[in-house]
Amino acid sequence: MAPIAEWLFFFLIFPGLLFSVLLGLVLVWVDRKVTALVQWRAGPPPGQPFWDVLKLMGKEVIVPAQAWAGGFLGLPFVGLAAAGIAATFVWVAAIGIAPSFGGDLIVVVYLLVIPTLAVIMGGAASGNPLGAVGSSRDMKLMLAYELPFVIALLVAVFQKQEIDGELVRAGTMSLSGIVEFQNDAGSILLRPSGAIAFLVALLCAHAKLGFVPFDLAEAECEIGEGALLEYSGAVLGLFKITQAVLLATLPVLLVTVFWGGLTLTTLGVLAFLGKVVLILVLFVLIKNTNPRVRIDQAMRFFWGPLTVLALAALLLAHLGL
Amino acid sequence: MVTKTPLLLRALKKSPWVFHVGTSGCNNCDIEIADCLTPRFDVERFGIKLVGSPRHADVMLITGPVSRACKEPLQQAWLEMPQPRAAVMVGSCACSMGAYKDAYSVAGPPDKVLLEIDPDAKFIYVPGCPPKPETIVMGVVKLLGAL
Repeated sequence: MAPIAEWLFFFLIFPGLLFSVLLGLVLVWVDRKVTALVQWRAGPPPGQPFWDVLKLMGKEVIVPAQAWAGGFLGLPFVGLAAAGIAATFVWVAAIGIAPSFGGDLIVVVYLLVIPTLAVIMGGAASGNPLGAVGSSRDMKLMLAYELPFVIALLVAVFQKQEIDGELVRAGTMSLSGIVEFQNDAGSILLRPSGAIAFLVALLCAHAKLGFVPFDLAEAECEIGEGALLEYSGAVLGLFKITQAVLLATLPVLLVTVFWGGLTLTTLGVLAFLGKVVLILVLFVLIKNTNPRVRIDQAMRFFWGPLTVLALAALLLAHLGL
Repeated sequence: MVTKTPLLLRALKKSPWVFHVGTSGCNNCDIEIADCLTPRFDVERFGIKLVGSPRHADVMLITGPVSRACKEPLQQAWLEMPQPRAAVMVGSCACSMGAYKDAYSVAGPPDKVLLEIDPDAKFIYVPGCPPKPETIVMGVVKLLGAL
C-alpha cells in the first residue's frame, strides 16, 4: 500500500476514527455501568451508548436564532476530527504499526486541546448566556490543567537510563521512542518520578474528560450542561462521540507514556486493555466519590499542588530517579 | 420536520431522554419523578436519562396545573424541544387540574396550553396523587410505543 493510502486507513478506520468511536462507546458503557454499581443500581444495558448516539443522529437539529450558524454547526466536526487524529497517533505509537515521527507527543498534546476548544467556541457561538458561562469556565479549566499535564508528560521525556555506570538521557519527544525506552529500562511508572508524574497526568486527564469533580463546565444542575446547552440532534451526537473518542484516547496515552506499549501477543493485548480499563475504573471511582469543585478551587488545585508535584517529578527525573 | 424511520423510533424507545417541568404543582409528583432515578427503580436500566436542557430531551414530564405565570415559559420550553417530541402529564393536576379546577390563578391544564401552540403535540396521562414511580415509567414506555 502507498503510504498515503495506509495513513488514510489509519486515520479513518483502524486505529483512528471508526475503531476509536466504537471502543469509546464501549468505554462509555463501562463508565456508566461502574457508576451504577457504585451507586448500588443495575445500570444501562451494553448497547445503551450506541442507541443514544443513533437516536441523536436521527433527531431534529435546531439552530438558535441568536447563534452564529456556521460555527455552531461546523465546530463539532472540527473537534471530532482532531480527536480522531490524536487517537490515531497514540494508537499507532502504542502498537508500533508504523514509525512515528519525532515530536508526535507535542502534536498529540496540541490535538487533544482542539476538542475542548470546539466545545468552548461552540458554546460561545450558541449565543446563550448559560452557554457563555460554560465556555468561560471550560476555558479557565483548560488553562489550569494544561500546565501540570504538559510538565507531567515532560517527565517521561526527560527520563535517564544507566548505561555502563553513566546516566544517559534516553528520552525522546516521540511516543514510539518513549515506548522503546520503556522496553529497555522498564515502565516509567515504576520509578519515583514516573509514579508522581503519572498521578498528576491522571488527574489532568480526568479534568480533560470533564468528569466530576471537574465537570463545572457542564454542571447540569446549575448551568444546564453549559456550552452544550443549545445543541440538539446530530451535532449534540457529534460532541458525545468526540467525548467517547477522548475517553478511548486519554487512558491509552497515559498507559503508553508511563506504563509501556502494546506487544502483539494475546497476553500483551490483554495486559494493555486491562491497564486501560484499570485507569478508566480509577477515573470512575474518583468521579463517584467527589463533589464538584468551584472554578477557583479547581484552578488553585491545578496551578498549586499539582504543578509543584509535577515540577518535583521533573527534578527527580533530572537526578535520574 | 424529521422523517420517522423505524430505526429512529427503535432508538427513541431505547433511549428516551426526559426533561422535567414543574408548572406550579405541589411538588409531590416532582419527588416521585426523582424517585424513579433512585437505585430502587433505576430508570437508567431502560436508557431513560434526566437531562438539563429541553434541547437534549425527547420527552417532557409535566407536573401540576399551569399557572398564569408558567404558561409562556412552558410553551417556550416545548418549542425548544427538537422533533420528534412528546409529553407525559404526571399526576392528577396535570391531567385534569385536580384541586385547582376553576382557581383564579391557573391558565388551564398543560395539554390545552400546549395544544394552543402545537396542534400535533402527543401526550399520555398518568393519573394519581401522586402516581407511583412504576406508573410514571410505564407512562413513558407507553407513550414511546404510541409514537
